[in-house]
Amino acid sequence: MRKSTRKKIAQSIGFLALRAAMGLVLAVLFLFLYDIGRKGGGAISWEFLSQAPRRGMTEGGIFPAIVGTLLVTIITAVLAVPLGMSAAIYLHEYARQTRLTRLIRLSIRNLSGVPSIVYGLFGVILFVNAMRFGTSILSAGLTLGLMTLPWTITASEEALKTVPDSYREGALALGATKWQSIRTNVLPYAVPGMLTGTVLGLARAAGETAPILFTGAAFYLPYLPRSLGDQFMALPYHLYIMATQHHAIQQVRPLAYGTALVLIALVLGLNMTAVVLRYRLRRKRR
Amino acid sequence: MSPETSVAKIETRDLDFYYGPSRALKRVSISCHRNRVTAIIGPSGCGKSTFIRTLNRMNDVIPGTRVEGTILLDGKDIHSPDVDVVDLRRRVGMVFQKPNPFPKSVFDNIAYGLRINGMKNKRKLEAVVERSLRGAALWEEVKDRLEDNAFSLSGGQQQRLCIARALAVEPEVILFDEPCSAIDPIATAKVEDLIENLKKSYTVVIVTHNMQQAARVSDYTAFMMLGELVEFDRTEKIFTNPQNKLTEDYITGRFG
Repeated sequence: MRKSTRKKIAQSIGFLALRAAMGLVLAVLFLFLYDIGRKGGGAISWEFLSQAPRRGMTEGGIFPAIVGTLLVTIITAVLAVPLGMSAAIYLHEYARQTRLTRLIRLSIRNLSGVPSIVYGLFGVILFVNAMRFGTSILSAGLTLGLMTLPWTITASEEALKTVPDSYREGALALGATKWQSIRTNVLPYAVPGMLTGTVLGLARAAGETAPILFTGAAFYLPYLPRSLGDQFMALPYHLYIMATQHHAIQQVRPLAYGTALVLIALVLGLNMTAVVLRYRLRRKRR
Repeated sequence: MSPETSVAKIETRDLDFYYGPSRALKRVSISCHRNRVTAIIGPSGCGKSTFIRTLNRMNDVIPGTRVEGTILLDGKDIHSPDVDVVDLRRRVGMVFQKPNPFPKSVFDNIAYGLRINGMKNKRKLEAVVERSLRGAALWEEVKDRLEDNAFSLSGGQQQRLCIARALAVEPEVILFDEPCSAIDPIATAKVEDLIENLKKSYTVVIVTHNMQQAARVSDYTAFMMLGELVEFDRTEKIFTNPQNKLTEDYITGRFG
């Protein structure tokens, strides 16, 4: 066989393998979504979305859990977004690249790999006990915020890295101060990437159970929280209860699937927001 | 070493430069005069770009670098503590090797330097943008597309845009760091004509690896090798009657 034919065959086999891998991943994903959609779709109704659970959570809806998850995610964002972006700007634009900054960066990368239950325990010690916020939306949101910080910092730093140095130098050469060059000639081009990474981090936080388990999520509260100091219901925790801890697991299974469907829709929605946001901002720059 | 008797606009005395432990410039003394073009030539890695970047302290942003010796702008040391580096860079403009327009409109590119200095008056901005683009011989080509993104211009136009952008802040000295190395021959000819014109109003320093270019545009030429200034004289002298054997070998193409 000629060498070029052999190379072509090798290439076809390679492509086929890549396609098969891609197909497998997609198949698993769709199977998963289909299963949840099929089993949870029936539970979705306006009542399910807008009412509190009733009769020991065997009837009624998940409205308090939706509100709780949204509120907690807002607290998470308030902590993680400004702090994470600022830290990334400092690390990438200002800090001298020494052994210390390398160590800090390594620590941040490692923090994003720490299991979420560890953040949960840390949140209990710091926010619930030491800072006396009690088990509350505030404690849970801050705990999730801490967990999300390494993600926002890393994503923001990666976004800053994609802005060419020539933008910075060009601005400096025209008599811009360092901050002017960053504010007017670096951040506008880094922000879409920063936001994407941040929203993805938030979506992940919204779906977490372990960090809110001890810091504020309640088993069953048939009313809405009245302040940030209140406990709250959250979708992921509610799902966990419905799926494993409920006294009538078989009976509430459709409700559990419905909750899962809402949670997935919420997280996917957040991810889509990130994509749309990035697309919009990119187009505006053109 | 100064081939002209008048006071230099910008000059270096025994300039040393270090990237960490390695010495990139060795006691370089060059003076550049008003309304003259001074070219710096030499083989790759001879320190010519490093040299020109010390003149507006652009190397300050590279960590681990160190300058020794003196650089005088109008007789004043640019490293003295009362010199503001931001102000220095406004007075000593720079055009880079690769055209580096910002991803903004043509207008916003030119207005950038004025806006960061607080100019908001739209009519004044428009006037400066037009004057700068005319100064860079680009006005006729872009006057109808001022709102287009600067990336939509050709490479040569982008480089003239960068020149116009530098002109807009009314510098006294303009540094060109191999301004034609990334653009085609026709665009190069335009930029060279421009440099010829700019010297009527500015002090021009240009780094180039193209000897013909140095011969065409400059009044004075400095030849550098391995971080040292080998010879500095009137351009025609350097190219017709160099005093140093190394200079002769280089300009006759015996090495490069």
